[in-house]
Amino acid sequence: MLAYAFKRFIGALPTLFVLIALAFFMIRAAPGGPFDAERALPAEIEANLRAAYHLDEPLVQQFGRYLADLVRGDFGPSFQYKDYTVTELIMTGFPVSLRLGGLAMALAVVVGVAVGSLAALRQNSWIDHAVMSVSMTGISIPNFVMAPILILVFAILLGWLPAGGLGDGSPQNLVLPVISLALPQIAYISRLTRGSMIEVLRSNFVRTARAKGLSERTVIVRHALKPALLPVISYLGPTTAALVTGSVVIEQIFGVPGLGRYFVQGALNRDYTLVMGVIVFYGVLIVVFNLLVDLMYALLDPRVKY
Amino acid sequence: MSLLDVHDLKVSFETNDGLLPAVQGVSFALEEGEALGIVGESGSGKSQTVLALMGLLADNGVASGKAEFEGQDLLGLSPARLNRVRGEKISMIFQDPMTSLNPYLTVASQMTEVLTLHKDMTRREARQEAVRMLDAVHIPDASSRLDRYPHEFSGGMRQRVMIAMSLLCRPQILIADEPTTALDVTVQAQILRLLDEIRREFRTAVILITHDLGVVAEVCDRVIVMYGGRVMESGSLHHIFQGSRHPYTRGLLASVPRLDQERGGRLQGIPGAPPSLSRPPTGCPFEARCAYRLDRCTSVPPPLKERDRGHRVACYAELIL
Repeated sequence: MLAYAFKRFIGALPTLFVLIALAFFMIRAAPGGPFDAERALPAEIEANLRAAYHLDEPLVQQFGRYLADLVRGDFGPSFQYKDYTVTELIMTGFPVSLRLGGLAMALAVVVGVAVGSLAALRQNSWIDHAVMSVSMTGISIPNFVMAPILILVFAILLGWLPAGGLGDGSPQNLVLPVISLALPQIAYISRLTRGSMIEVLRSNFVRTARAKGLSERTVIVRHALKPALLPVISYLGPTTAALVTGSVVIEQIFGVPGLGRYFVQGALNRDYTLVMGVIVFYGVLIVVFNLLVDLMYALLDPRVKY
Repeated sequence: MSLLDVHDLKVSFETNDGLLPAVQGVSFALEEGEALGIVGESGSGKSQTVLALMGLLADNGVASGKAEFEGQDLLGLSPARLNRVRGEKISMIFQDPMTSLNPYLTVASQMTEVLTLHKDMTRREARQEAVRMLDAVHIPDASSRLDRYPHEFSGGMRQRVMIAMSLLCRPQILIADEPTTALDVTVQAQILRLLDEIRREFRTAVILITHDLGVVAEVCDRVIVMYGGRVMESGSLHHIFQGSRHPYTRGLLASVPRLDQERGGRLQGIPGAPPSLSRPPTGCPFEARCAYRLDRCTSVPPPLKERDRGHRVACYAELIL
């Protein structure tokens, strides 16, 4: 298993390389640069700045330098946040995003799987129809619409929860952003769970389990649940990676200082190293979570061997 | 009294095209230790008949009629009471052994759960019993293979596991729904021999569903021939194979390939196709394909009448055959 994990990671390196190269040249192809401002800097100062950050070198040489630093685990200094390295910025933003995203994902899995299973077991009942239409709505409404509505209702009209910011970091500040992040995922996971549960309940081995006289509860818990959750697990890998690295929209709306905000600001400010740092970080997380999903499969499905 | 007495069993399915009748009034009795074959082509209602008895119809299926077993009506039992019959007193094996075992659980856990549930055995006792039963169905090296997963067994071996699992509680009735259809011919013969052996050893009554007349001839005492959701003819092996009085049964027998047939000769078939479920015929379902059709065949289906001791035929034209 360890050997397999190692092999998979080596296999992911070319993917990461392509990702880094594309991001590197694309952000530099965008018009403008990190030191553009309302008032143009004097030419000598700008030349000095560019030299200090090696922006005066040919692109390929800059790329080589960036890769060499990256291999040593150095994301470089931020161009905008003076005196901060990109690593430091990621490490201040990531814990915030991780907490929001992790909570949202946990909520989405618990509620989504429960609601989806319930709908599958009561297929074509009013519960099923209600779950399906509500979740379709949940998938269709983008969260930049949903989040302001939640703020309007729960923060402004009812006054139950703060409208934004992390405040002193107490739990009620997290409620609205976590729910906004989780809602579309709940909707998607419940539909996914329902679909695969219905399929499994129709399978021959579930019929065998029923023919053995097992109670419906045993049939579902022992025989149907695990195979029904496999598709959900493969969906969770990339989704978790996306959620814990921060939602740009949600962090902006709720004024949460997470990784997503750094990414957007980095892109707007042409903060080359910061954007690159977040992209590489996200890329590595995606690779890691997909690997985790595959390893989970091996644990859950006896037919899968590595 | 018979072990199982099925009376006027009807099964239909609610669909978008309305109520589709799959089984239209089937009656039969099963005696202790007897092997009963139910023969028919796809869509004849033979599988739905037994699935209804086991309470295993699809969600949109409805069964009516009566199925008396040990003084209770199987069709009217609550799920909890039905669960005390199926698996313990009546068990079932299915057509496709490749998908009928749970791929995510070991053979051991799938077998022992039957015993811990119905016989209150401890896991240890249940394991020993499972090994004994795997030995009985001739699975070599049973104790070491108990903890394997189904995908580590071949098709024939999986069907043996299914049979062993179904026999764990020493049921009075074993229902086998096309148990050999998905298997190689040589393995088919082994499984049939095994079923026959098991029946004698455990004195289990067997209901064997098949479309293969050869299989019936090998294993069964009595045969029911079904077509279009109705029983066309029933009787002993002798009645059906030597003295059939129904045009459909005769057509079936004539379409079986024979070793002594002229080489290069064409196989005989029955012209036409089975009736559609969505527009069931008002009369005899076989009427449209029948060479001996009479006028009244199209209006009212012929009743199943006893012609000889235990030989029942549903046909108006049988006398002129």
